[in-house]
Amino acid sequence: MSSLAARRRHPAALVIVLLFGLIVTGGLYAALAPKNADAATSSSSDIAAGKQLFLSNCATCHGVNATGGNEAPDLVGVGAAAVDFQVGTGRMPLAAPGIQAEADTNGPQFDNKQISQLAAYVASLGPGPGIPASDLTSGGGDIAKGGELFRVNCAMCHNFAGSGGALTRGKFAPSLMDVSGKHMYEAMETGPQSMPVFNNTNMSPTDKKDIISFLQNTKDEPNQGGANLGNLGPVPEGLFVWTIGIGLLIGAAVWLGRKAA
Amino acid sequence: MTTPSNPSDKESSVTHDSTSEAGDDRALVSLEHREGSDNLPERFQDPGLPAHIHRAGDSDEAAARRYERQVAALFAISMFATVLFVVSYFAVGNDTVVSLPIIGRTMALHVSLGVTLGMSLLCIGLGAIHWAKTLMPDTEVVEERHELRSPDEAREGAVKILADGLEGSQLKRRPLIKYTLGGALGLFAIPLGLQLVGSLGPLPHTDLETTLWDSKLPGGKPRRLMRDPDGTAIRLSDVTLGSVFHVLPEGIDATPDPNNEKLKAAVILISLQENLIKSARERKWGVDGVVAYSKICTHVGCPVGLYEQTTHHLLCPCHQSTFDLTEDCKVIFGPAKRALPQLKISVDDEGYLVADHGFDQPVGPSFWERA
Repeated sequence: MSSLAARRRHPAALVIVLLFGLIVTGGLYAALAPKNADAATSSSSDIAAGKQLFLSNCATCHGVNATGGNEAPDLVGVGAAAVDFQVGTGRMPLAAPGIQAEADTNGPQFDNKQISQLAAYVASLGPGPGIPASDLTSGGGDIAKGGELFRVNCAMCHNFAGSGGALTRGKFAPSLMDVSGKHMYEAMETGPQSMPVFNNTNMSPTDKKDIISFLQNTKDEPNQGGANLGNLGPVPEGLFVWTIGIGLLIGAAVWLGRKAA
Repeated sequence: MTTPSNPSDKESSVTHDSTSEAGDDRALVSLEHREGSDNLPERFQDPGLPAHIHRAGDSDEAAARRYERQVAALFAISMFATVLFVVSYFAVGNDTVVSLPIIGRTMALHVSLGVTLGMSLLCIGLGAIHWAKTLMPDTEVVEERHELRSPDEAREGAVKILADGLEGSQLKRRPLIKYTLGGALGLFAIPLGLQLVGSLGPLPHTDLETTLWDSKLPGGKPRRLMRDPDGTAIRLSDVTLGSVFHVLPEGIDATPDPNNEKLKAAVILISLQENLIKSARERKWGVDGVVAYSKICTHVGCPVGLYEQTTHHLLCPCHQSTFDLTEDCKVIFGPAKRALPQLKISVDDEGYLVADHGFDQPVGPSFWERA
């Protein structure tokens, strides 16, 4: 140790320390950067930037320490997945108080970098589910198994074809046709708003992958029987038949009964 | 109609009405009953049928030939569409997908078969109607109605035939035949009714009162709660707050008729904060706020599956019956009349959730003689 200390003013010492620092930084980067999905490897600067974003956009409701308010839930331990879902679909920041937070049709209010910074900050508050790896959310699973799981666990709210459906007092389960696989996975994992939680102890990551594959397949499937009228079940189909179908029949009957001359 | 129809009378009443705004007393005058004038005819003439208007084809041979060609063209289109149907049946691939406006992506084969078959049938119909309207006779025909009652002689003749037949059969003189024939015909109804009533299936016995949860496993152990459809057991620690598990009893696939058992034994397992539960019984029959309820709606037996995590309401998708999970699944909205039955659960020595005993009441909708 003393010999090292003695040589600390050697002309080469600066170069060696610089080289050492670069190798360590590069090595760490190489080790951590590729798995950008689950680890989210949030640097302290991301967390700091996320905290600034949080304070200026979210703290009014969720509190400066993210411990919740009158209407807003405590965010300690909800994890990066909840933030990525709520902010990434435009549900948060909430546009206006309402019966439920709806996905913003104009897309999220933040860019991907800001969302990951916010997620990093909230994830740093307490351990929670992370953002899923892309191989779990981009399909390729067992579609038949996914369909069975979907019909048992999801179809009662989200409709047999994922077209969404009504809940109580104006709330509704949204259509799943235009939801990305990542957001579906995060919703199952975290149980946003009225939705129950289907985390990994309930439904394994492979099960979730199967469900996402089933829904992506359903979306791509051509309509076997012509116009599907939104796949909403008997109400729009009945309405179509009772108005347009019977209207056409009445028109035909009137034409048949008219004299030619 | 006997209202006054004299034109001059009507005219005066109209002018009277138009000036009635001048004063209320004048308006009242117009509401008074007015006698018709004397020049009404004694009897109205039957106006008869309106004058028959001839069609172009009735008098103009060129027009008639044009109609003939139009009808023939419609039938020819139908033939062409039928040929197209046959061609597309063989020519269009099973998996070919086309994009159409409004309908979106759809199967080319289904579209081509449907459109050609529809055209074929529609053109036959249109041709027939056009033919009937333009070329077939359209003159009005009068058909006189006759009296429906037969003449008296014919009626008496019919009665006599029946009376002679009865006499000839000797039924009155030989009552043995009469009674045995009655017995034979009467008993013949039994085979007809027996196959209807006898084929209604086995009697339900206690099927409606019991579920698979009432029986233990062959070894005498209570049945575990298993995930539907995976069939894996559930640990208490797996059920995190806000989770919903759709549950079937252990060993359901080993029963003779699993589908019949699933209809009654389906259970929903939900975790909520224990201090939110207002019913002491509900808390006691659950474990740390994890409670299990029958998934069969007490209205008409749909699976009650919509759980709202925030309101703790359980909603039936069929008729919107809503059950409050914090109050022992009491009905708070909708047509259901009874709360959902709770399944008493506990944790076995390996940490898995088990059912201590079956439901304390029959699950699902009301039935005849339900206690």
